[in-house]
Amino acid sequence: MRRIPSWIWPVLVALFILALSRVVKNEYYMFAGYVVLQYIVLASAWNILGGYSGYVNFGSAAFFGIGAYGAVVLDKLWQPPLVVAIVFGGIVASLVGLVTAYLTLRLRGVFFAIATLALAIVLQTLVMNWDFVGGPLGYYSVRPDSIAGFPSYVNYLFVIMLGLALIAVLVARAIELSFIGRGLAAIRDNELAAECCGVPTLRLKVFATMVSGGLMGMAGAPFPYYITYLDPNSAFSLAYGINSIAMPLIGGMTHWIGPVIGAVLLAVIQQVATVTISSELNLMIVGVLLISFITLAPNGIVGLFERYRQKRQRRLST
Amino acid sequence: MVTFNLLINAVVTGILLGGFYAAVTIGVTIAFGMLDIVNIAHPVFIIMGSFVAYIVNRHFGFDPILTVIVAAPLFFLLGIAIFRFYYAAFESSGKGSLRGLAFFFGIMFVIEVTLLLAFGVDYRLVQTSYIGPNIGFAHIDLPLRMVVPFVGSMALVSGLYIFFGHTFIGRAIMAVAQDEFALSLMAVDTVAVKQLAFGVAIATAGIAGGFLIVIQPVDPSLGREYIGRVFAICVLGGLGSITGTVIAALILGVVETITSTIFGPSWAPAVSFAALLLTLAIRPSGIMGR
Amino acid sequence: MTTQSPLLDAMSIRKRFGGFVALDAVDIAIRPGERVGLIGPNGSGKSTLVNCLSGAISSDTGTIRFDGRAIERLPAHQRTRLGIVRTFQIPLPFTSMTVIGNLTIPLRFAARHHAVGGTTNDVEQALLILEDVGLRDKAHEPSAGLTQVELRKLELARAVAARPKLLIADETMAGLSNSEVDEIILLLFKLNEQGIAIIMIEHIMRAVMAFSQRAIVLVAGKKIADDTTDVVINNAEVVRAYLGE
Repeated sequence: MRRIPSWIWPVLVALFILALSRVVKNEYYMFAGYVVLQYIVLASAWNILGGYSGYVNFGSAAFFGIGAYGAVVLDKLWQPPLVVAIVFGGIVASLVGLVTAYLTLRLRGVFFAIATLALAIVLQTLVMNWDFVGGPLGYYSVRPDSIAGFPSYVNYLFVIMLGLALIAVLVARAIELSFIGRGLAAIRDNELAAECCGVPTLRLKVFATMVSGGLMGMAGAPFPYYITYLDPNSAFSLAYGINSIAMPLIGGMTHWIGPVIGAVLLAVIQQVATVTISSELNLMIVGVLLISFITLAPNGIVGLFERYRQKRQRRLST
Repeated sequence: MVTFNLLINAVVTGILLGGFYAAVTIGVTIAFGMLDIVNIAHPVFIIMGSFVAYIVNRHFGFDPILTVIVAAPLFFLLGIAIFRFYYAAFESSGKGSLRGLAFFFGIMFVIEVTLLLAFGVDYRLVQTSYIGPNIGFAHIDLPLRMVVPFVGSMALVSGLYIFFGHTFIGRAIMAVAQDEFALSLMAVDTVAVKQLAFGVAIATAGIAGGFLIVIQPVDPSLGREYIGRVFAICVLGGLGSITGTVIAALILGVVETITSTIFGPSWAPAVSFAALLLTLAIRPSGIMGR
Repeated sequence: MTTQSPLLDAMSIRKRFGGFVALDAVDIAIRPGERVGLIGPNGSGKSTLVNCLSGAISSDTGTIRFDGRAIERLPAHQRTRLGIVRTFQIPLPFTSMTVIGNLTIPLRFAARHHAVGGTTNDVEQALLILEDVGLRDKAHEPSAGLTQVELRKLELARAVAARPKLLIADETMAGLSNSEVDEIILLLFKLNEQGIAIIMIEHIMRAVMAFSQRAIVLVAGKKIADDTTDVVINNAEVVRAYLGE
């Protein structure tokens, strides 16, 4: 009997959710589910660089915002189909990733971290001063009332984000299992040793930054249509930065499923908290969970699960 | 139209602002430059200092700068507590970098949100006699609310310069920064030395917070604007050099105010990022780097 | 190509750190399959030389030719791919990986580039190498749990997996017991028999004497002797540098 390839599982889950989205009538679930899926993309994308190679990117908001404002620019120019905006956002974000990575990754890793931290703030400044996209006033995107083949536009956006989440997870998984993933893991363990084993460290790091940033940009492109009113503060919100770090750390960084677990868990908690308590408390919850996990369970939920399994195996074998 | 007069004023204001930036950054110079601890939460401790000054000023009418000087030992102890936690959790196990960075990122959010929940999103300010009046000579107007923090910052930085150059403990910190291993061989408790230095770093953040709230009204998330700035100055100054930090801070202050004068204040935050990237691209060791 | 043409030919390598001259116009040439000891007091520039040759740092001036190619501008991973492979004084294993996992990195990233070993897969090749160094039974254990001497062997095995023509073994024996030193020397001889030229950097003179055909002595960044091992060991200048008078 041949083993079922494991990439089939994310695909099946995505198909199941797609089927569900056809049945569920309440639009709130689409609305909330979109956010969860968006965080699956951001967390998986972050993990490709951060989790696999150990380089911290604080600037997820920058890449996400590039995607969002990229879509705004296109929307103002000729209102292309959403897919075009997604591809455009992905390309621009990954080019910004290329430049940032090339300038800072030759140096110590923390310079990259600091540069990404500043990147979100500076891009926000640029957009604030760019009247074409509305400057500080923001931009209203008019979304069609309906779209062929979908019950509603929100449902359409949900399905698009579902597709992006599936792509992000499959890309992350493919990288993890390929020789690129092995090379990134070697970099994470010891970069000098990796280089001396023939690993082209700079090229791999730049590649990972581009893929990671590109996916984040793609996740940002549908955002203007999702919230309909986009301003610099919501596009470059630091919440994206902390969430996309916290989710992989809490879920577990060494396996592609880790960011997915973390994203679902944290995003659901935050969706519930936003409705029931306050949105400020959201960030507090994420911050406290982040600190607790990195000190108490450094390998995240996946790590806890593996430890439990090893313990059980040992008990069974004795 | 940018006149010569306006430009002179911008340069002078920039110098005053830059002096204040030196006080803001000096803690990062100690923690990042000397101890290799990337405390990205540093600006949020500055905001904490501002709020301490605000509370005491509001309820008792005390001077904000005197308040933070009195409160500095508390920030010192806070720094020691954080260092102990950080050291036990990350550095001693040798798995520092990624998780240490994420740790301070988490700390940053927890403190910021705590302040936000306690004080809301409003801007807070303090009342003292030197907020408002200007001193002027020739064609230059100097607002006292900039001059006083500038003088205070220069005093703080000079004090630290003497501390690191001429006291036993200060020199021990510099020695740890240069060769921790060699020092540990000489039976110096390097952990205790680093802990003390980190305490000093956080204490400077508290004091800088007092200066900050004199210069401008403060809200809980103002710290974010300072993240790029402090690290840009620290890197430009050559990581761990006090003199370099002061020079870099003055340069950035002047460039920022000139940028504001010519292009408008909304462009000022971009200056530090440009400075950071340029430094990393052209001369990563900074102006005072070896 | 004659047998006389050197595998590695580095000429007038200079490296300064600030005002400190770490290497002062050092020449070094290695023939294919040669066994060379590189010795010198602490701080004499041995490690700097290793770093310049392997590409971990770049030299200020000087040329390095390897296998007839100028390589002084190539990054470290390309030099590894060409066949200059080094080990580290302090072993730097990939701690998240198993022992065999450590070997698959150079097998995939370096060895593929000169297609030695034909069609056999990485795992088989890795197991053969581990067999050679005596770590076969540890193949699937996490590398984080190895002993000192096992770590040194892993370091060597990982270097061999990159299919070197020249192996630079940087103090692979420091801190090992006498019998462990003998074990490593035997291992190096075995690798040398497979045609790998070896530069051994070592403080343990017994090991250098037993292993190398030729010895190069660095003192204060300058090469002061370069001859057969017994000539060098009786060289007055070398004795003075070592015994210090």
